[in-house]
Amino acid sequence: MSWTVLVVATLNAMLINNVILSQFLGVCPFLGVSKKSSSAVGMSGAVMFVMIVSSLVTYTIYALVLVPFGITYIQTIAFILVIASLVQLVEILIKKFSEGLYKSLGIYLPLITTNCAILGVAEGNISSIYSPEISFFSGLSTAGFTALGTALGFGLVMFAFSSIRERLEAADMSEAWKGIPISLLTAGIMSIAFLGLKGII
Amino acid sequence: MTRKENFLKGFVKENPIFVFLLGMCPALAVTASFETSLGMGILVIFVLTMSNIVISSVRNFIPYEVRTPAYIVIIATFVTIVRMLTAAYAFDLYLSLGVFIPLIVVNCLILGRAEAFASKNSVLDSAIDGFGMGLGFTFALVVIGIFREFLGTGGIMLGVYLPFFGPNEISISLDLIINLFNPDFVSEEYALNFFVVAPGAFIALGMILAFMQGKKAKRVRLEIEESKRLIIKKKNAALAKKATLAKEAS
Repeated sequence: MSWTVLVVATLNAMLINNVILSQFLGVCPFLGVSKKSSSAVGMSGAVMFVMIVSSLVTYTIYALVLVPFGITYIQTIAFILVIASLVQLVEILIKKFSEGLYKSLGIYLPLITTNCAILGVAEGNISSIYSPEISFFSGLSTAGFTALGTALGFGLVMFAFSSIRERLEAADMSEAWKGIPISLLTAGIMSIAFLGLKGII
Repeated sequence: MTRKENFLKGFVKENPIFVFLLGMCPALAVTASFETSLGMGILVIFVLTMSNIVISSVRNFIPYEVRTPAYIVIIATFVTIVRMLTAAYAFDLYLSLGVFIPLIVVNCLILGRAEAFASKNSVLDSAIDGFGMGLGFTFALVVIGIFREFLGTGGIMLGVYLPFFGPNEISISLDLIINLFNPDFVSEEYALNFFVVAPGAFIALGMILAFMQGKKAKRVRLEIEESKRLIIKKKNAALAKKATLAKEAS
């Protein structure tokens, strides 16, 4: 397990298989919470925190509990319960220890349970990384770095898109395209730009 | 609201995708072809109807504070059932939908209907609501799927992913009509491949939504013009009446 593998996994998840623009996960917050740059950054911070922790926890549960007992078919139920309770736990902990962080991230935390990017990354880690041959810790670190890259990609696209959208609000355009349709068209053009990054690895 | 209205509201008036913009992730991700859209729609109809029935029948036993986790567990159970059934009977569909089958759990539409309708209404009404909303969702997915596959490949393929379209693959395209005039024409060579890859999903959905928003804006504009015309008409009538009254007085 060398560092290059982890760097490649991070970059791959961040730029090439971008979570929003090529995998279509997390489109709801992408369209809903991107009207202002500040809220986009807050949402991305909360997503990054929960995504890394939940990826590590779900991978551990899958490898050490579900597989040994032969009950991998309940993986969806187990994962969504873990994520939902983890979000609650994180909310309580942040509220207890850091009032400032709670004020900036707190309102986004309840929205995260139904953010499909979190469950999507947890399920994707199992189907693409887990195999009985590789050691538990190398799989766990790959899962953690994939989650980090995915969250960075999410934050990058959210920030860029919210900056564009602040300008679109003031633009003069036909009634038909105002709001969501022009946002989707912009996202399509951004997605074309991200397709061009396919060659870097 | 009658039962019929309850059933039909999901198609146009409260369409989950085109009006409420719920469940956008599957609407973008699985609509590259007609058949995957229809398959996803059928899975969502099943999960939504069954979870609505169960949630509305246990709605009086669930404490208010823990209702969301309870709903999620019920929904996740049906998603697991659906996942196993798809893997058993439609394995190609299972492979092509991939991670989006477990992600039905976090589809905002299903939790939204549980919260807004099934937790307050009777079992039969909730079942009708779930089935109608699921059909509306499927309708929207199929519209996007046909739009993208037709522009992207030049025709619609049947029988690749879904077992009930028969063992043989059937291709429906405009080739048959065009070949009467030009026998060498193959519409696939002129297709816009762009629409079946990732950026095409965003742009196709944006175009469909812009079309609907444009129609709505036009209708609102016409209504405003109509009401203005009515006001002017009434004003003129009142002025004419006033003039006749003044004439009679003099």
